[in-house]
Amino acid sequence: MPFISNTPAQREQMLDEIGLTMDELFGDIPRQLMAETFDLPRGLSEQETRNRLMELAEKNATHLTCFLGGGFYDHFIPAAVQSIISRSEFYTAYTPYQPELSQGVLQAIYEYQSMICRLTGMDVSNASLYDGGTALYEAVMMALRITGRNKVIVDDSVNPIYRVMIKSYTQNLRIELEQTRFEDGLANRGHILQLIDDKTAAVIVQNPNFFGCIDDFSDIADAAHEKGSLLIVSCYPISLGILKTPATMGADIVTGEGQSLGIPMSFGGPYLGFMASRRQYVRKMPGRIAGETVDAFGEKAYVLTLQAREQHIRRDKATSNICSNEALCALTALVYLSLLGKEGLKETAQLCADKADYAYKRLTAIPGVEPHFRGKWFFNEFVLDLPCEAADVIAKLIERRFAAGFPLGRYYDGMEKCILISITEKRTKQEIGMLAEALESVL
Amino acid sequence: MKLVFEKSVPGRRGVRTGPADVPRISMSPDLLRQEPANLPELSELDVVRHFTELSRRNFGVDNNFYPLGSCTMKYNPKVAEHIASYPGFADLHPLLPQLRMGGMLTQGALRVIYEIDMLLREITGMAGFTVQPLAGSHGELTGMMIMAAYHREQGNKKTTVLIPDSAHGTNPASAAIAGYRVISLPSNENGVMDVETVKKHLNDEVAGLMLTCPNTLGLFNPHVKDICDLIHSVDGLAYYDGANLNAIVGKARPGDFGFDIVHLNLHKTFATPHGGGGPGSGPVGVCNKLVPFLPVSVVIKRSDGTYALEYDRPQSIGYIAPFYGNFGVVLRAYAYILMLGKEGLCRVAENAVLNANYVKDKLKGHYKLAFDRLCKHEFVLSPSQRMAENGIRAVDIAKALIDKGFHPPTVYFPTIVKEAMMIEPTETESKETLDSFVDAMIEIAGQAENEPEKLKGAPATATVCRPDETAAAKNLNIACL
Repeated sequence: MPFISNTPAQREQMLDEIGLTMDELFGDIPRQLMAETFDLPRGLSEQETRNRLMELAEKNATHLTCFLGGGFYDHFIPAAVQSIISRSEFYTAYTPYQPELSQGVLQAIYEYQSMICRLTGMDVSNASLYDGGTALYEAVMMALRITGRNKVIVDDSVNPIYRVMIKSYTQNLRIELEQTRFEDGLANRGHILQLIDDKTAAVIVQNPNFFGCIDDFSDIADAAHEKGSLLIVSCYPISLGILKTPATMGADIVTGEGQSLGIPMSFGGPYLGFMASRRQYVRKMPGRIAGETVDAFGEKAYVLTLQAREQHIRRDKATSNICSNEALCALTALVYLSLLGKEGLKETAQLCADKADYAYKRLTAIPGVEPHFRGKWFFNEFVLDLPCEAADVIAKLIERRFAAGFPLGRYYDGMEKCILISITEKRTKQEIGMLAEALESVL
Repeated sequence: MKLVFEKSVPGRRGVRTGPADVPRISMSPDLLRQEPANLPELSELDVVRHFTELSRRNFGVDNNFYPLGSCTMKYNPKVAEHIASYPGFADLHPLLPQLRMGGMLTQGALRVIYEIDMLLREITGMAGFTVQPLAGSHGELTGMMIMAAYHREQGNKKTTVLIPDSAHGTNPASAAIAGYRVISLPSNENGVMDVETVKKHLNDEVAGLMLTCPNTLGLFNPHVKDICDLIHSVDGLAYYDGANLNAIVGKARPGDFGFDIVHLNLHKTFATPHGGGGPGSGPVGVCNKLVPFLPVSVVIKRSDGTYALEYDRPQSIGYIAPFYGNFGVVLRAYAYILMLGKEGLCRVAENAVLNANYVKDKLKGHYKLAFDRLCKHEFVLSPSQRMAENGIRAVDIAKALIDKGFHPPTVYFPTIVKEAMMIEPTETESKETLDSFVDAMIEIAGQAENEPEKLKGAPATATVCRPDETAAAKNLNIACL
């Protein structure tokens, strides 16, 4: 029997020793509640399973050159990342409840938290959350707890997927959710400043925003703080290799999707939500946190700390219902950032920006293709106006083996001709040139 | 051991980036950071050595027996890791199916989601599943949001959720975060919640009940169907916390008990690795009348045999995850179910329950057994009277087990048992492993009763010994800046 070690003879022996039959072991379940049979297929051998799954894997498109982003990116992943996280002492362990047997994971979480702080410029970080969207939702809940207020302002240049997630989560709660419409590719500061009042818990913005444009929220931070509100910034960690940190802009809580830090796209998960904040809010933070301490002999050691915030202690009064974090994904990000290092991350971010700039110039040289937001700085994504519906053009380009970008009309009314194109350091000058030729030929 | 930052040498590089085949641009300086992020500067070898050393200071299921109660630390088949790395899965962009005709580019992935939905329906007796929840507790929150959406739709004014005191802490936390007030119900002298207790707290305000069955004491509640019926009598919904499904999988189905909403932990029952604390996956199944409330999107099979994502579901609670759940985890569980098949799946609970009762029987003469009756997949012990008089606590026994090469059980949970040690062997462990664990526990019991001071210094073999948690919270150092 697969994955069961005991032989039938051993099972009989064990049953004999405890004086029960297999039926008696389930005698506490009322007979009428036992299932009679299950309509399930026969079990497969490992070889059959691998063949079946390989066949399914091959039904997915892996031949497309990827210019699709939207918050989820095709970055290069060094081989050492997978090699390290495949060590089973990491991946077959559970949450580090027993610190003596978990110093590896605990120190890794501590280093990950340090890495996120160094990247964002913030004071404290938790051990990770599920993904960038749930992290942003948790930031909203955290801001409500800190301020005791119930109004939240979100600009619609924040990833639309995250905005709909926040809407789902807050449906049963008494929260006033105000949305502002972006202005000329950036957060609509005029409207945001007008909406901030003494009921406002937080303002949510994103950098670079969903259109790839780079913003500076210092003015919004000042206005929010003046009314006792918090600034929540969702950000793209690779961009922090070169861009001004959210901390410098005055952010109070910073979240983001860590997929770009060495985690494969894997059809939407598992990913990595990160969260960092100012130090004074650490006790209002959700999720696990690892801390340094000393052991019985005064040696340095790591433990899970501030557990009094958490569900297993506080139950219905906890800061969040979250139990586990995404430890293995956090480890992946830590290993990735350690491999890239100070210069490597900066260089990767710069290459993204360089190649995006090159692609932008190359593509806007095509007759009929125009920039949508003029004179705006962007990081590795930009919006172009096409002469016809973007969704059609993208469908045609799939036939030419390109995932050319995302049709913005899917989430933004009036942007049906707009395409969001994303470039990572992985794309080459040649691939960009081929995309340009293909685009020109289908228009 | 030094931190990764302390090993940094200025100028040292790990990976070479590139190619740099386009002109360099310079952005407006006021958009840029003044100093590069202070990441370590290391060679690839430095990084590999650092993390290899860290891994040696950690303990997983592959190292040895890991009887952590309620966590179902069963063996994680290697083939599932292999499959998750196929480029057709690992390199698949989640936005592809949202492009026009893009669904055709991800038929294999969509089929995995569709088929595991069908398999989980059959295994649990529910009418439809979402695999979007990203962990067990996320499944609970999703389930509670479905409960709230149902009552909103019915025009019900419901404010409270009933939860037994033996429940995992995530249950009350999830209900509270979904906007409900939690009423905690006591367990009876047999360790389960009785029908009268539910009746006493039942009124029109009750939105539903969350029940783990068998509960965290490993006890099956024989009145589970009557309890579900009672909840239904006030138009409440019964929620099944599937954390302990390993005890009944392939034997009985929560849908047949009368539950309306079920969450599963793929990282427990379906053998996906726990990852040192995530990623998990917490699919939610619902009864027929709740199917319209499942989160968007839903994978459907069209009449031409192709698979597609359906978004137009007006009663849906909306998006709870960015895409289709932790697909990589779902994929591993799917492979596991295919390999077990009907016969293998039916053997899971049998062997899990046999292993638990076997260990319980061998240890009940040496420790205090919280409830001396048939258990399911796990059971709870405490130090004996004499151990307690010697000042021995559950933590001392746990730490002594580390010196014997085992991971300790879950300690101090459930909170309704003093000095609890919750032991869950799982079905994958052999009699030899269980016997060696039993021997170790008996030897520790002898020391606890006769030479208690010997246990107070444990563990002696680990890299650290009893770190000071109070000091950690007091002198909060959670990042090296």
